[in-house]
Amino acid sequence: MTNASANFINVGERTNVTGSAKFKKLIVEGRFDEALAVARQQVDNGAQIIDINMDEGMLDSEQAMVTFLNLIAAEPDIARVPVMIDSSKWSIIEAGLKCVQGKAIVNSISLKEGEDAFLEHARKIRRYGAAAVVMAFDEDGQADTAARKFAICERSYNLLVDKVGFPPEDIIFDPNIFAVATGIEEHNNYGIEFIDATKRIKQCLPYAHVSGGVSNISFSFRGNEPVREAMHSVFLYHAIQAGMDMGIVNAGQLAIYDEIEPELRTRVEDVILNRRPDATERLLEIAERYKGEAGKKKEEDLSWRELPVKERLTHALVKGINAFIEEDTEAARKEAVRPLDVIEGPLMDGMNVVGDLFGSGKMFLPQVVKSARVMKQAVAYLMPFMEEEKRLTGATQKEAAAKILMATVKGDVHDIGKNIVGVVLQCNNFEVIDLGVMVPAQKILEVARAEKVDVIGLSGLITPSLDEMCHVAAEMEREGFDIPLMIGGATTSRIHTAVKVHPNYRRGQAIYVTDASRAVGVVSNLISETSKDKYIADVRDEYAKMAAAHANARSSRDRQTLDAARAHKLKIDWSGYSPKKPSFLGTRVLEDYPLEKLVPFIDWTPFFATWELTGHYPQILKDDKMGDAAQSLFDDAQEMLAQMVSEKWLKASAVIGFWPANQIGTDDIELYTDDSRKERLTVLHSLRQQMARGTSDRANMALADFIAPKEAGIADYIGGFAVTSGHGEEEVAKRFEEKNDDYKAILSKALADRLAEAFAEHLHARVRREFWGYAADEQLSNEEMIAEKYQGIRPAPGYPAQPDHTEKRTLFDLLDAEKAAGIKLTESFAMWPGAAVSGLYFSHPQAEYFGVGRIERDQVKDYAARKGMTLAECERWLAPILNYTPGSDEAAA
Amino acid sequence: MTRDERIARLKQEINERVLVLDGAMGTMIQGYKLTEADFRGERFKDHPVDLKGDNELVSLVRPDILRDIHLAYYRAGADFAETNTFSATTIAQADYHLESVAYEMNVESARIARQAADIAESETPGRVCYVAGVLGPTNRTASISPKVSDPGFRNISFDQLRDAYKEATRGLIEGGADTILVETIFDTLNAKAALFAVDEVFEEVGFELPVMISGTITDMSGRLLSGQTPEAFWNSVSHVKPLSIGLNCALGAKEMRAHIDTLARVSDVRVSAHPNAGLPNEMGEYDESPEHMSHLVGEFATSGLVNIVGGCCGTTPAHIHAIAEAVKGVKPRTPPAVEPRLRLSGLEAFTAP
Repeated sequence: MTNASANFINVGERTNVTGSAKFKKLIVEGRFDEALAVARQQVDNGAQIIDINMDEGMLDSEQAMVTFLNLIAAEPDIARVPVMIDSSKWSIIEAGLKCVQGKAIVNSISLKEGEDAFLEHARKIRRYGAAAVVMAFDEDGQADTAARKFAICERSYNLLVDKVGFPPEDIIFDPNIFAVATGIEEHNNYGIEFIDATKRIKQCLPYAHVSGGVSNISFSFRGNEPVREAMHSVFLYHAIQAGMDMGIVNAGQLAIYDEIEPELRTRVEDVILNRRPDATERLLEIAERYKGEAGKKKEEDLSWRELPVKERLTHALVKGINAFIEEDTEAARKEAVRPLDVIEGPLMDGMNVVGDLFGSGKMFLPQVVKSARVMKQAVAYLMPFMEEEKRLTGATQKEAAAKILMATVKGDVHDIGKNIVGVVLQCNNFEVIDLGVMVPAQKILEVARAEKVDVIGLSGLITPSLDEMCHVAAEMEREGFDIPLMIGGATTSRIHTAVKVHPNYRRGQAIYVTDASRAVGVVSNLISETSKDKYIADVRDEYAKMAAAHANARSSRDRQTLDAARAHKLKIDWSGYSPKKPSFLGTRVLEDYPLEKLVPFIDWTPFFATWELTGHYPQILKDDKMGDAAQSLFDDAQEMLAQMVSEKWLKASAVIGFWPANQIGTDDIELYTDDSRKERLTVLHSLRQQMARGTSDRANMALADFIAPKEAGIADYIGGFAVTSGHGEEEVAKRFEEKNDDYKAILSKALADRLAEAFAEHLHARVRREFWGYAADEQLSNEEMIAEKYQGIRPAPGYPAQPDHTEKRTLFDLLDAEKAAGIKLTESFAMWPGAAVSGLYFSHPQAEYFGVGRIERDQVKDYAARKGMTLAECERWLAPILNYTPGSDEAAA
Repeated sequence: MTRDERIARLKQEINERVLVLDGAMGTMIQGYKLTEADFRGERFKDHPVDLKGDNELVSLVRPDILRDIHLAYYRAGADFAETNTFSATTIAQADYHLESVAYEMNVESARIARQAADIAESETPGRVCYVAGVLGPTNRTASISPKVSDPGFRNISFDQLRDAYKEATRGLIEGGADTILVETIFDTLNAKAALFAVDEVFEEVGFELPVMISGTITDMSGRLLSGQTPEAFWNSVSHVKPLSIGLNCALGAKEMRAHIDTLARVSDVRVSAHPNAGLPNEMGEYDESPEHMSHLVGEFATSGLVNIVGGCCGTTPAHIHAIAEAVKGVKPRTPPAVEPRLRLSGLEAFTAP
């Protein structure tokens, strides 16, 4: 499936007697074994929940439901997913609820028979411990307009939440998907009505989900599967953007939106979105053509195609061309005795060329990742042949050199770096088990043990991940692991690994890996029988020295007391200063922001850094060594970016806000509900630099310094924002990954990240010029903007000027960012989707970026009290910037 | 002190310190080496089937023994006595043809525990001792077929379990239990029937007691007998908003730790752990010493994983004393705030993204 947001939950529809003639036949004839196979197939194809419906006149439906659920309970590969108990009869639902040990979903209840029955059923469902689908159906019938759909859902929601105490997150609305293109004009708008209702539900009924039976939409095209699939895909594409987050679908049988033949896609889209009166006729015109057909593209031939097959493979690998890889692999396979010989022969030879070029700095990471894509596709092609050979001969496959488990730790969602390392390792014949993002320690250790991995690699980008890595290390120690632990990712460092991670894991060895190009060397050393011990001993020795040096350095890092630092705050002369009042107060949402407006604001330098190409853009394109690689990467990026923008792969959303604000108690900023400044809205806290300044007169700054103090009686303001360009990011990447195209998957994520940053920059410009308007006549070039040559700053919680990530919670609540822009915070305060930026706006001309640096216990205590946190909690969040060891003797500190 | 006052005190104390459950009951009763005649007493002397081994019957025929055992645990430092009602359901008592006294067993067991609690309270002024009314798993499972060849078959239904548990719950409440503890859960569906019954009885009597839930991870697979992971189990029972969720029996503290760690991370209620005294040795005996076990269980507390600790099979007042000492003064776990998300389960947990 594609373009579906990562939030979309697939509910398998095939175990439904009303929707599947085949399943109905099996149940009616009592062929339960085969019926179970249908359920299993749904789960295998990616259904995360299975819908079970036995509403059939010829059956004892209650008995059939009980029997089938009891049988499923004995099949662990089916029973692992939750079930959706689907019936229009309450007695069948209740019989089903009595058979499931898990937490199921009831499908469905509604106001059809009035409030009393609705409430009674809802209370029962709570008592059974299930979630519920609620249909947009009331005493007057099923709703067909968006307004009525929403009205019924809202009424149901209020009844459930207020009268039953039903958790809103356990409510799933089904606002009725009806067939379109039926020839009846009134039906034409049904798709739009559903989509609009979905939007309003997601906006107004917090935490509730929206689901629906997707195949209803295409009912009038029964018998023409390609058109139906296209309709489902297009409908979902739009409904998901509107917020639909669950759907009853034939898991594994959805067309990919981008791959629908353009003419068909346009005409389907006309129908679904009711874009023209003749939409149905126009779709009918071409529909017949698609019955049982799938389109293919053609490629042009090139001179290297004339080379012998072995050289063609090497060429394809080095150049990263995947257009002919299957064809060439097949040719090589025919020449070889065994399929494995193709891998060990020409393919590995080709990869060795790649490895040599990479090792000698003649190839660069983006190119290597492209090569890996070709390699993966070739191996994928050979797999069935090898399986077949194995079956025939009983021979075993060649063992990978080593197994490496990779994971982004719990609370963190960033995975570009991890994916790059994974690909590079795979190219070098290491088997990589990638557990993805937000992986808890327990899961890492479980898999490590079950799969007998040789090395574990942890990745993370935000600072709380540092602590989580320490936790994983401690758990490894406690559970008796001794395999090496690799640490990598943006905020990690050799010193952190040596001083914080390593002491938690004395039994094994934690090793910091600078970047992807080093990963192969590190792993090779770690698994080598001959050099392993010496290598680890060297690392251990080095870390011990670093830790000792670190301990010494600490004592000389002079700080001053918080009181002294406060006395030395940035003293802005407020007399005669009158802050500009923003054009509006409160928040404003910018939804579905045009991506093309963001492109000019992209700062390309960090993009190249992601790929380990260090240097400034645009000079890097002319660099003697890296120029070619950079240019080629840049070209690919431009091409994808253009597609991303024109085909709207991603959706950008933002929310900004401005509030009356004044500084209170030196270090905090009080926000008010309105300009009367009587009622406090919330308080933003800031941390103050505590470095000893000696004879220098540089101030010890805190963000609060940039806001006028309350006692000055000046009406000052503060702003905040959260932007994302990441809606759709995961699906795009996943789509490429499924095609074994890690290169494009990583490229798409890196671009999404850049667009988010560009969005923040672009929006800041608009804030300065219009929304706040304190620099209405600012004229800056893009370069000047990236160089931050403007008035005012937009610091983000978790970054140097306010290193406390927990302030993000306050900011997100102020902005209602999750609802307004669809950006969530993880328990470590990472933003999801990953391509997101948030921060505060300060307008004062003297506001500047600074780093808080390390702080002392007196400030942490004071800060904890101000935030209403315990000292320990506060120390945990601020661990990276503490100038002392928490829990150590206070008197000595 | 009334039950309401005790419950209020419990809800306060659980924020302040790690509370202690008592230890094993069965092995303590065995220590008295009761004979068939002892089990029958005067009242059941003509009962048609053998009664030796029906530990719940001790509540009716030898309340003095039971009171002494409860008292020994309270004196050792337990905050809770668990009532002697593990098998006091019509379903489990059917083996002894004693369905008719199941209700009475619950009433009397709770009453005896309360008596012991009152004595212990009088010995140490200011102390409050609680009675946890136990609902055991029964000897039948609602989601597993006892017949290998017929996986769809069940020898007990949700409704039968619910009826049996309703009766037991009424008895426990009448006898003076302060909380309801659904424990040693092998099969979550049995537990859901128990929790359903408890909720219905609460509605019937017009008040509620705190509910405590404790599952059993049966082996190193890390799952309940019925196949659920600890997180899936939590999702299945979280709707009752219990006072605590935890694990007991089958494993020793060492093997249990990772699963307690999981529950401590995923649940927003208090966490309990009452493991066995290690794994059974070659002789089938539990032989982990009080020192060793209290060291392991104490670490649960110092690592901030638990709010309630205790012991299960093989533990004695000496174990409970050592455990109570080990957790004294240790800050209890603060339940994390859990984000509202649709959380479902089959055998595994499913969290909506």
